[in-house]
Amino acid sequence: MLRIDSETCIGCGLCEQNCAFGAITVVDGCAQVADNCTLCGSCVDACEVGALSIEREDREKSADFGDWSGVWVFAEFRRGRLAPVAYELLGIGRQLADKRGAELSAVLVGNELGEAPQQLVGSGADRVYAADDQALADFTDDVYGNVLADLIREYKPEVVLAGATAIGRSFIPRVATMLGTGLTADCTELDIRAEDGALLQTRPAFGGNIMATIVCPHTRPQMATVRPLVMKPNVYDADRAGEIITVTPSKERLTSRVKVLRSVTEKSDQLNITEAVVVGAGGRGMGSEKGFALVHELAEALGGAVAASRAAVDSGWIPYPHQVGQTGKTVCPKLYITCGISGAIQHVVGMNSSDTIIAINKDPEAPIFNVATYGIVGDLFEVLPKLIEKIREKRD
Amino acid sequence: MKIIVCVKQVPDAKDVRLDPVTNTLARDGVQSIMNPYDRHALEEAVRLKEEHGGSVTVLSMGPPQTETTLREAIACGADEAVLVSDRAFAGADTWATTYTLAKAIEKVGGCDLVLCGKQAIDGDTAQVGPGLAERLDIPYITCVRKVTDCESGLIRVERLMDDGYDEVELPLPALLTVVKEINEPRIASLKGKMRSKKAEVLMLTASEIGADPAAVGLKGSTTQVVRVFSPEARGDREILTGSVDEQVAHLMSRLEKIL
Ligand SMILES: Cc1cc2nc3c(=O)[nH]c(=O)nc-3n(C[C@H](O)[C@H](O)[C@H](O)COP(=O)(O)OP(=O)(O)OC[C@H]3O[C@@H](n4cnc5c(N)ncnc54)[C@H](O)[C@@H]3O)c2cc1C
Ligand SMILES: Nc1ncnc2c1ncn2[C@@H]1O[C@H](COP(=O)(O)O)[C@@H](O)[C@H]1O
Repeated sequence: MLRIDSETCIGCGLCEQNCAFGAITVVDGCAQVADNCTLCGSCVDACEVGALSIEREDREKSADFGDWSGVWVFAEFRRGRLAPVAYELLGIGRQLADKRGAELSAVLVGNELGEAPQQLVGSGADRVYAADDQALADFTDDVYGNVLADLIREYKPEVVLAGATAIGRSFIPRVATMLGTGLTADCTELDIRAEDGALLQTRPAFGGNIMATIVCPHTRPQMATVRPLVMKPNVYDADRAGEIITVTPSKERLTSRVKVLRSVTEKSDQLNITEAVVVGAGGRGMGSEKGFALVHELAEALGGAVAASRAAVDSGWIPYPHQVGQTGKTVCPKLYITCGISGAIQHVVGMNSSDTIIAINKDPEAPIFNVATYGIVGDLFEVLPKLIEKIREKRD
Repeated sequence: MKIIVCVKQVPDAKDVRLDPVTNTLARDGVQSIMNPYDRHALEEAVRLKEEHGGSVTVLSMGPPQTETTLREAIACGADEAVLVSDRAFAGADTWATTYTLAKAIEKVGGCDLVLCGKQAIDGDTAQVGPGLAERLDIPYITCVRKVTDCESGLIRVERLMDDGYDEVELPLPALLTVVKEINEPRIASLKGKMRSKKAEVLMLTASEIGADPAAVGLKGSTTQVVRVFSPEARGDREILTGSVDEQVAHLMSRLEKIL
C-alpha cells in the first residue's frame, strides 16, 4: 500500500497533481490516499521531500532463474510474408541478447514458410524454431499459443518479445497466462538493468501522456509486446550463419477450438496504417467524401497510407480500420500529415509519437498545432492540391 | 443465454494530460467514466439478449465508487451488477486482475458468453480479455467487429485483423473482446434510469469470491512498475507563414530529409 509519512509531508500538493487517478488529496496540510489508488508510483517519484513510499510485502526470495537464458522473438508470418515488425524485433532482440551475452532465437509459425527462416538468420537470429504446418496457415489464438508456450516450456528463454500487432496482442496474453508469467504490452523502449540483468520494459500509458517502466521480478520468461515501427532492424547479411530447427507439434496441439471460415484482406486496407512509414490523415474539415479523396491523393503521392479522425469515419467517408485515436489504432510513422483535424485529445493519443507531424487547419487556435512539428494555417482545399503537386514533382 | 460483461471504470482521457508548462499531470477534476470499449461490449450483450433471450450481468473489479459505472450499465440494459471490491485488490496487474475476475465469474455460477472491451483506455494493455479466457479455459476472439450468428451453442463473428478481417466460429462458452465498430451504444432510457436507481449492486470481497490473498492485488502481480515519467517533450514547433505557395515551399524544404 501507499505509505504517507505525515511528519515529512509538507502538503505541497505535488502528489495530488501527479496522480492520474485523482486518488490523492491534501487535507489539512497532509496528503491522503483514497481507495482507488493503483500503486502506480507517480506520486512517489513526484514527491520532493520523500514523504511517500510504496510498501510491498516481499515475496519469498525469487526463484533461481539460472535455467532461463536467451532472447526470443516471435516472428509473425502471414499470407506468405514476414511482418515488418519481425525484423524490428530482431534489431532490439540482438542488442538485448548481446548485453546478456546470450543467443537470439526467432520462433516462426505458419504454413509454406519458404525462405523466411533464412531471412530471419540474415536479419540477426542465431537460431530459428520453425513450425510449418497446414493447421498453422490461419491464425488462431489456441494453436499459435500452444506452439509458442510449449517451445518456451521446453527451451526456457529468459526474454520473449512479440510485435504489438493484432495477432501479437491477441495470443501473447494467453501464452503469458498459460506460463503464469508477466507481460508488458505495447513497449516502446527495452533495456537490460545492469545490476541484475532484468528486462526494463517501458511503455506509454494514458494514451502516451505518461510513460511507465515495468519489470517482471518473480517469474520467467519476461514477456513484452513491442510497438511496430519503433525499433530499428539490423542490417541484412545474407552470409550470416544460424541454426534452423524444425518443430513438429503434435496433432492435438494443432487442434483449435476456433474455426477460421474465411480470411479477407480489405482492399482499401491494403496498406496497413500501423505499418506505414508515412500517413496522411483527414478529418471533418475535408467536408465530404469527395473532399476526402484529396487525402487519398496525398497518401498516394507520398506512397503512404490513409488515416482518419473519428468524425471522418462517423461521416462514412472511410471505414473504421482507418481510424486513429483512442478508439481506433495507434500509429507512429515517420511522417503524419493531418488535414482538417482539430486535434482532440482522443485523436492525438493515437498519433502523438509520430516522428514528424504536419497540421493543415484553417483555425489558428486548433489544438492540433500544439502537437504539430510544422503547422500551416490555411484552407486545405488551397494548400493540399499545391502540396500534392510539389510532392509528385519531387518524387518523379 | 447468460452473458457477463466485464466493465472497468477509468479516468476520462481528456482530463489526463501533461501540463506543458509545469510538466505535471494536469487533471482538473478527473471524471470517472465507463471504459468506452466496454460500452460497446455492454450494448452487444443487450442486443444478443434481446434477440436470443437470457440475461446480462455486468462485472467489475474496482474501488467502491465503481458502483456509479455499474448503475449506468443497468440503465443501459444490464440486468444485474456485481462489484468485486477490496483494498487487497489495489495495484493489480493484468495477471492478478484476470485471477480475480475469473474467481468472481465462478462465484456467480459461470456463464455462456463473456464480453470485454478491446482494451481499457487507462492501461491500454488489451490483456485482460485473453488472460481471463485462459483462466476460464474457454476459447476467445479479440477485436470482434461483428457478431454474425449465434445458435446451437456456436457463435460466429468477424475479427478485425491488421490487414482486413477473419470470419471465425467458436463453441460456447466463449469470450469476445469488442471494438467500437461493432455497434452504436444506446443512451439510457428513462425507464432504465429508474431501474438503475433501485437496482441492487452485489458487492463481493476477496474472501467472498474465495480468492487466495497471495494471488490478488499488488502482491499477486507478476509485473511491477519501477518508474513513471513524462514522455520526452517534442522538439521545436513551427507555424509556417506567407502565401499558400510560400508555405508549401517552406514545408517542402523541411521535408527534404524525410521524403
Ligand atoms: C470516448 C471517445 C472516444 C473517441 N475516440 C476517438 C478516436 O479514436 N479517434 C478520433 O479521431 N476521435 C475520437 N473521438 C472524437 C474526438 O473527440 C473528436 O470529436 C474528433 O477527433 C474530431 O474529429 P475532427 O478533428 O476530424 O473534427 P472537428 O473537431 O470537427 O475538426 C475539424 C477541423 O477541420 C478544420 N477545417 C474545417 N474546414 C477546413 C478547411 N477548409 N481547411 C482547413 N481546415 C479546415 C476546422 O478548423 C477544425 O479544426 C472520441 C471521442 C470520445 C468521446
Ligand atoms: N478491473 C476490471 N474490472 C472489470 N473488467 C475489466 C477490468 N480491467 C479490465 N477489464 C476488462 O478487460 C478489458 C481490457 O482491459 P485491459 O486489458 O486492462 O486493457 C476491458 O475493456 C474490460 O472489459
